[in-house]
Amino acid sequence: MLDVKGVVKRFGDNVVLNRLDLTVDQHEVVALIGASGSGKSTLLRCVNLLEQVDDGQIFLSGTDITDPRINADKVRAQLGVVFQHYNLFPHLSVLDNITLAARKVHRTDVAVAEQRGMDLLRRIGLEDKAKAFPDRLSGGQQQRVAIVRAIATDPELLLLDEITSALDPILVGEVLDLVRHLRETGSTILMATHEIAFARTVADRVVFLDGGRIVEQGPPAQVIDAPTEQATRDFLSRVLH
Amino acid sequence: MSLPTDFVTEVEQDRRRYRRKQTTRSVLISAASTLVFAVVVALVLANSPGWAVTRETFFSGHYFQLALPAVLKGLWLNVRILFFAVIGVAILAVILATLRSLRGPVFFPLRFLAAAYTDLFRGMPFLIVLYLIGFGIPALNPTERIPAAVLGTIALILTYASYVAEVLRAGLEAVHPSQRFAARSLGLTHGQTLRHIIVPQAVRKVTPALMNDFISMQKDVGLISVLGAVDAIRAAQIQQATTYNFTSYVVAGLLFVAFSWPFIRLSDWYTARLRRREQSGGVV
Ligand SMILES: Nc1ncnc2c1ncn2[C@@H]1O[C@H](COP(=O)(O)OP(=O)(O)OP(=O)(O)O)[C@@H](O)[C@H]1O
Ligand SMILES: [Mg+2]
Repeated sequence: MLDVKGVVKRFGDNVVLNRLDLTVDQHEVVALIGASGSGKSTLLRCVNLLEQVDDGQIFLSGTDITDPRINADKVRAQLGVVFQHYNLFPHLSVLDNITLAARKVHRTDVAVAEQRGMDLLRRIGLEDKAKAFPDRLSGGQQQRVAIVRAIATDPELLLLDEITSALDPILVGEVLDLVRHLRETGSTILMATHEIAFARTVADRVVFLDGGRIVEQGPPAQVIDAPTEQATRDFLSRVLH
Repeated sequence: MSLPTDFVTEVEQDRRRYRRKQTTRSVLISAASTLVFAVVVALVLANSPGWAVTRETFFSGHYFQLALPAVLKGLWLNVRILFFAVIGVAILAVILATLRSLRGPVFFPLRFLAAAYTDLFRGMPFLIVLYLIGFGIPALNPTERIPAAVLGTIALILTYASYVAEVLRAGLEAVHPSQRFAARSLGLTHGQTLRHIIVPQAVRKVTPALMNDFISMQKDVGLISVLGAVDAIRAAQIQQATTYNFTSYVVAGLLFVAFSWPFIRLSDWYTARLRRREQSGGVV
């Protein structure tokens, strides 16, 4: 599905990703953890082609998306992305936010797109907000709409970057329930998170990033509960206590 | 880091080669299309029936040299006027913007006057302001002769201060209210908030608009020639009247462009830099 091979990303002298390798299989949920500044967001931005890698390759469904000959817009149309700050478009209603890509990028029929948009809103219990504008929604509601907007076009891979860090604990619960639901319906997800407890319950695999490389990875029970590397233990002891 | 990252794999080298090739290609394409465009324009001009006469009347090398010294001397007057006008505009615009941002019912008359002033001068064509000031003030005061250049400077200040005041006010208001709350909740006073938080952010927002106003002022300063001050345009006119050749106007036009070009580039560069910084700082 996603295959990151030897990716290097530098900002000036700061080597943020240092020949990093990572694979994500279909229907797999992978959680990236690591200290602040360890390059989680940078990796997601490279996959989303918002940053140009300095070396290495990234394959999405077998296509090398770092090849400058390919159309970046086509690649992004296969990806769903949600960032920390729910970037809903303030001048569009909730429903229009959700159906925008379907209508403008995928050229879906408006009625079909709205039907699907309403289905998604019903799933997150916000169908009565369809005509409302984003500023009338709570933070958790906005973030759920942002996630639903990202999956509305059935992306092959969903990238989530700290989607709960701007929310209070109760709203976090709402959003995490939605991610769990997505996992059950077979979405492929690569997410950066500080919610170790959440990573433990939802992720198939946890990947610990340090110094621009993957230090340790495996099922949550192994990486979080029985880490073998010293760096992982240090990090976890700092965030868990 | 354990692995040397300055070692570059074959794939990356290939990508770089491809990107370089693409860059070269687009440079070549733009060069070729520029050339074709220039040739077409040249052919159209050269084949139009009046071209020989037009060239002699507007682009004569002889008259170019003849006009250059006088027009340059005139431009120096424009530069000096611009200098004083910019200072005047800065002072008056800040006063106007401050008056318009005053809160509280006591200040209503001041706020109203400032608003009326900016509305009036933003709506009035600059040429009319020039005539009213340039011929009105001397009419009020027939004994004393005020130089046309001074009157022109005043007219320029009055008009541009109203534009700039609006830009400044809009800039102050464009800083998000949460910034003010954040500063006040840190214990900063109203004045400190304005000085350390609001104004620095507003300046960044308004600089492109201000530079644009400055560039348009650089051209409009040439309009003072209608009052009779011997600036670049007036000098060109004098030349034209004696030689019946229009090349002097082309000289003046080119000099104005050459004069404002550095600022135009600077303003473009600065705006682009601001945009880039906002992009890399943004969440996307
Ligand atoms: N546009 C940029 N220009 C320069 N340096 C950058 C840029 N973006 C990120 N960096 C640097 O790259 C490093 C990794 O940043 P990144 O945002 O990927 O970290 P992160 O793991 O997502 O951290 P956090 O958990 O705090 O979100 C940091 O040292 C950061 O300073
Ligand atoms: Mg991050």
